Amino acid sequence: MAEPSIASTFTLGNGMQVVVIPDHRAPVVTHMVWYKNGSADDPEGKSGIAHFLEHLMFKGTGKHPKGEFSNLISELGGQENAFTSYDYTAYFQKIAREHLGTMMAYEADRMTNLVLADEDVIPERDVVLEERRMRTDSDPSSQLSESLGATLYVNHPYGQPIIGWQHEIASLDRKDALKYYKRFYTPENAILVVAGDVTEPEIRDLAAKTYGEAPALGAAPRRTRKAEPPIPAARRVELSDPKVEQPSFQRYWLVPSHIGATDNEPYALEVLAQALGGGASSRLFRALVQEQALATNAGAWYMGDAVDLTRFAVYALPREGVELKTIEKAIEAVIARLPEELTERELARAKTQLVADAIYARDSQATLARMYGAALAIGGKVADVENWPARIDAVTLAEVAAAARKRLQPRIAVTGYLLKEEAA
Amino acid sequence: MITLRTAGQQQASTGSRIQRVISPGGVEAWLIEEKAVPLIAMELSFEGGAAQDPAGKSGLSHFLSGMFDEGAGPYDAIAFQEAADEQAIVLRFSQSRDAITASLKTLTRHRGKAFELLRLALAEPRFDADAVERVRAQIMGGIKRGANDPNTQSGKAWFARAFENHPYANPEPGLAEGVGAVTADDLRAFHGRLIARSNLKISVVGAIDAATLAAELDQLFGQLPASAALTPVPAAAPLGMGELQVIDLDIPQSTLRFGMPGLLRKDEDFIPASVMNHILGGGSFTSRIWQEVREKRGLAYSVNSGLYPFRRAGVFYGGTATKNERAGEALTVIRGEIARMGSDGPTEEELDKAKRYLIGSYALRFDTSTKIASHLTSMQVDDLGIDYTDKRNSLFEAVTLEDARRAARRLLLPGQMLVTVAGKPQGL
Repeated sequence: MAEPSIASTFTLGNGMQVVVIPDHRAPVVTHMVWYKNGSADDPEGKSGIAHFLEHLMFKGTGKHPKGEFSNLISELGGQENAFTSYDYTAYFQKIAREHLGTMMAYEADRMTNLVLADEDVIPERDVVLEERRMRTDSDPSSQLSESLGATLYVNHPYGQPIIGWQHEIASLDRKDALKYYKRFYTPENAILVVAGDVTEPEIRDLAAKTYGEAPALGAAPRRTRKAEPPIPAARRVELSDPKVEQPSFQRYWLVPSHIGATDNEPYALEVLAQALGGGASSRLFRALVQEQALATNAGAWYMGDAVDLTRFAVYALPREGVELKTIEKAIEAVIARLPEELTERELARAKTQLVADAIYARDSQATLARMYGAALAIGGKVADVENWPARIDAVTLAEVAAAARKRLQPRIAVTGYLLKEEAA
Repeated sequence: MITLRTAGQQQASTGSRIQRVISPGGVEAWLIEEKAVPLIAMELSFEGGAAQDPAGKSGLSHFLSGMFDEGAGPYDAIAFQEAADEQAIVLRFSQSRDAITASLKTLTRHRGKAFELLRLALAEPRFDADAVERVRAQIMGGIKRGANDPNTQSGKAWFARAFENHPYANPEPGLAEGVGAVTADDLRAFHGRLIARSNLKISVVGAIDAATLAAELDQLFGQLPASAALTPVPAAAPLGMGELQVIDLDIPQSTLRFGMPGLLRKDEDFIPASVMNHILGGGSFTSRIWQEVREKRGLAYSVNSGLYPFRRAGVFYGGTATKNERAGEALTVIRGEIARMGSDGPTEEELDKAKRYLIGSYALRFDTSTKIASHLTSMQVDDLGIDYTDKRNSLFEAVTLEDARRAARRLLLPGQMLVTVAGKPQGL
């Protein structure tokens, strides 16, 4: 199904790309700036620097000292935050439309004029270490996911946690942060996304006056990442902890992302993840939870929006008394049968759900802004987002079966067991 | 007869677009018709959540909320979920201490099937034996996952002590013993008591007009019993003030929960207290606690406080997580800020800024159909009036420094706080 184009795009003289997504239902805008660098671009030995810098971007500039931007946003009734992923870092505000120009001026200012003092950097590093303790170090399930990522990637930096390794975070300092900032925070490396009660001419005008003033550095910084070799081995990771009351099973495979591929395979993988493990009527849930009563939950996901080879995962939570080995065998059987057994009706159901999600996304300007921003930040185009439903709709049964056969083989899988450590 | 009423008279505000729709059979819904996106969002609330769980059957309402889409009318669980997924109908059931809620999202063109599934789920859930056991296993798994989770454990301990011997004491999923004892007959009886028209509030946002909705409402809800049979929940105030409880967990970080009596939603100081709390520990980067705990000292990634107006008890409650070695320091800083706000209140400048934020950000709540519908349902549940969206900002504007100080003095009594900590805290 073809939806009318909802976004337009243009590029400023200094190389910064701009995307405008009009939505006139409420007098509100979502203003985002995306930088095409994420944790996978952290220099050797400096894991966590992309995320640390994201925190430090709130420490002020020569013109607008620490706290001024946040206080202003708050007084204007706006909301703000930022996030870091493997391939990008983004900053956003949601605010009444009349304040958009002010947001753009401040955001443009901190693209080039960040000022860092040790008295701000050191406590913020403690904040990040607390964030890591909260998200990872206090939770065996997160620790296992981190170990699985590190095992899946033997060479490529996707194997490092986004937040960084604890000992490397602890060593990051002001100089590291500024060096990283100067390398990546440039207009050529940034994308402006504005969604909401705006028009393209307004944004052209405002963007020229704000971001357009940032000096071009001549060329976008290059991502230099070591490629992941094919590893012809199955690997297993087991984490046992006395705190685990509910064991779990996870299995990862390395698969192509939307960016690397030249064929339809990423779209087939999207449909495969949905048909195999996207919700209550998927094959894994049906088999493990409903029919065989082995698990309380089971599913699959595919991280298609990535620059390099990415993750496809299946998971399940066993019922009381069911061994993880039994779960593993049951999941393998479901995957092995899928290429022959998947029906046209299941295929249609999976595609309907995926396409509907794209329509539901149009109900939220923040979701739309994120969809476009993420696609462009990994190197995609506006047309990729808008053609996505049609590409999904065109996926055939044969393509899904082929992707499952080729990619989801036990002999190249990385398997994770989360277990309760019994007292000796 | 279809009765339509348009509240307010301003042109573009959300409030002026809310229509009160009453069906021929007398079912009322609040509607905002919005055609820009071809979808319909509906949010329902049935009063009576976990607080209605019978003794020894804690978690029954949570269990019930897990059963609606596990088979209804002619559909068993598999057929029901397939029917929903085939048309990308999103139907979710949830619950809180005070309500069971349902949330429906559908593409406009699939409205017929979506409404049929919602009707069946509410009026004719099957409670098939295999589905009951499946949901029980899922709930037990969830309880087990929370068993050594510091957030779950610190929160659970706080409510267990604060509401000792009151229905609010139990965590919403219930306790393992209670969930283990629930039978299909319990679920059936509980469903008969709780899912009725008298305790139901309905809001709809999306591509549907008032006349069409009015006709659908009787189809959707006409089958439900007219009256719910709710057990009265006694009014309560949190207990254990001045106490500190540690839940020993072998993790590097201490998760703290702190709280004291708050205010009911209908209390005349509720809005002044909301403004005061925003300054003290509300969810922005500017609050006093955020500045002192995170910005100045790097003690935590997240720290906040909030007002939780349950139907029968007001609660002021907050939390943070910091490394074990600094738990005592973090708590001292938080106690200090609460005491300072309690004795001096906010400054004129802080009050002015907070009001500007709370007024200016109200519109940001209205950025998806589901969020708008959910807000309309809260307005009905809290009995705020259909014109609340139009008058809400003037209520915040009217808060004076004296109002905010009074609210601070009423709430933030020195030394009066129940604190629960999960981890291996030092220095407490």
